Amino acid sequence: MQNATVAEAPVSLTYRDAVREALHAALRDDPRVFLMGEDVGRYGGSYAVSKGLLETFGAERIRDTPLCESTFVGAGIGAALGGMRPIVEVMTVNFSLLALDQIVNNAATFSHMSGGQLNVPLVIRLATGAGRQLGAQHSHSLEGWYAHIPGLRIAVPATIDDARFMLAAALRLPDPVLLFEHLYLYNMQGTLTEGLEQVDLERAAIRRTGRDVTLISYGWSLHKCLAAAATLAAEGIEAEVLDLRSLRPLDEATIMASVRHTHRALIVDEGWRSGSLAAEIVTRIVEQAFYELDAPVARLCTAEVPIPYAAHLEEAALPSPARIAAATRELLVSARGP
Amino acid sequence: MNALVAPALTQTHGLELLRAMLRIRAFEDRCYQLYGQMRIRGFLHLYNGEEAVAVGAFAALRPEDAIVSTYREHGHALARGVPMNRVMAELFGKQTGCSGGRGGSMHLFDVARKFYGGNAIVAGGLPIAVGLALAQKLRGEPALTACFFGDGAVAEGEFHESLNLAALWHLPVLFLCENNRYAMGTALDRAQAETDISAKAGAYRIPAAAIDGMDVFAVETAVTDAARGIRAGGGPVLLEMRTYRFRAHSMFDPQLYRERAEVEQWRKKGPIITLTTRLKALGLMSEEDYQRLQRECNAEVDAAVTFAERSPWEPVSGLERFVYAERHRR
Repeated sequence: MQNATVAEAPVSLTYRDAVREALHAALRDDPRVFLMGEDVGRYGGSYAVSKGLLETFGAERIRDTPLCESTFVGAGIGAALGGMRPIVEVMTVNFSLLALDQIVNNAATFSHMSGGQLNVPLVIRLATGAGRQLGAQHSHSLEGWYAHIPGLRIAVPATIDDARFMLAAALRLPDPVLLFEHLYLYNMQGTLTEGLEQVDLERAAIRRTGRDVTLISYGWSLHKCLAAAATLAAEGIEAEVLDLRSLRPLDEATIMASVRHTHRALIVDEGWRSGSLAAEIVTRIVEQAFYELDAPVARLCTAEVPIPYAAHLEEAALPSPARIAAATRELLVSARGP
Repeated sequence: MNALVAPALTQTHGLELLRAMLRIRAFEDRCYQLYGQMRIRGFLHLYNGEEAVAVGAFAALRPEDAIVSTYREHGHALARGVPMNRVMAELFGKQTGCSGGRGGSMHLFDVARKFYGGNAIVAGGLPIAVGLALAQKLRGEPALTACFFGDGAVAEGEFHESLNLAALWHLPVLFLCENNRYAMGTALDRAQAETDISAKAGAYRIPAAAIDGMDVFAVETAVTDAARGIRAGGGPVLLEMRTYRFRAHSMFDPQLYRERAEVEQWRKKGPIITLTTRLKALGLMSEEDYQRLQRECNAEVDAAVTFAERSPWEPVSGLERFVYAERHRR
């Protein structure tokens, strides 16, 4: 809730504003685009992202749906097949489990299963993550799970720039794209990079350069890594911070280049550790850059519990800047060897 | 839906419909043999007994209409005009198949004919149909989406969600339920508290009717009438086609759940035998005509098998193609 200073800096906006601007631009620029989901219209979006769009674009294009995730996601797939460019908002990733069949069995398979005759230019936006004391059923981070599925593209805007421009990049692609917006980031304040007009949807980005260790992350965890890196810098440890941006495909080239530079890596992932995206990244580093490593690759994930309600328990379950800093220090100690 | 007027039965039209049904039957019977010879594999769900539904429906639908189908869709594909060669080649897993050998029996696609595929998740196609119809409405296309599904789908949540959404948004969807009385091995009355499927549409204010799915003219007439209403902006319609599957659910089904006598009884009122008897009784077809139609259909199936056998395999180097759209391809 940091909106008191907006007036002083006219270019400052929230992540929420940036997503809304992205939606506005997409709807303005392409008559095939429409937004559909639960309470996206009159209510203005569960996280107030689509507030005001109904008044501008009307009920045909800002389409409130009943509570039927499977069917409105499937309808998005059908509309995409029929020549539209739907943006489907699934209120949170938790509810997307009700639409899993449509996403995995239909959206992800139609192109291949039809021998390339069909493609599904559908964008699904989902809020993800924990940190707001919403309890186990509203706090999942399942983007790594979706990244397991061939045929889907998974992207995570973590910055104001990406919140503003990733949607257009997703709409340019002829494939189904899932955009995961961390619910903790909606109030994040920032500015757009001047002159920036578009971003890609496949490359990772180095958000802070450093020589001692690479912190690999995405989403809200990226900001925790940046906070940890600032703490570590005061201690003389220079951490490079890599924002994955795209979880499928993974930008291996950027990951390996950074690891070859720092020779150490810590993956920070709000998903659970077992069978995780973090596990996948560790494996790829081991496969492709093993002899560049000065220490075993480390990872910091969410504790393997359904996310608890109580604030102190939830905090303890999630990666935090302090734990990231501690894990980094440990990595550097172990690197020196016995 | 109660003022149906059957079109006058002309010789040409009657023979056309009979030929279309015989063609599907000949194709399916050959598939049964080929499966036994292990020349086609995977799951195979045959359409024997249900031919009048596909043939009657597609006689009434138009090329601009979009089609969503199920895993028992050979008949739908053939009646829609997907070339038999390409359907057979798909069952053989060949490159020339209508899905390039990546789909198989349950996943026939032909985008040029707006045939959006066999869907092998029961009820999974209904939301897709709602979306295709939404696109038709938003784009102002004078077309509808016909969505085939079985009685088993009625138990799934997506059936109810899709009917609700199509009615709420007044979309041009024709819901075509092929009620063959069994969801795999579970009889309708063991799965549904209300076995009158057409009655369920009322909860969503969707006009509906139950049709004799063994009578190809009844199907054609009902679909013509429903399509006219939908095209005129009347919103979705549900037609329950009461039919019966003569063969097993799939090739792995010993049919422990139904009596042989029941099957025999239904065979006697089968769509082909009914129409054949009727055309002969009206003097519109001789036994010779019938034999000629049979021979022509068998010859087409022979040619399709030869085409499939002689067709090349997709090279393994192409395994990972089409997982994502090949942007510059089309």
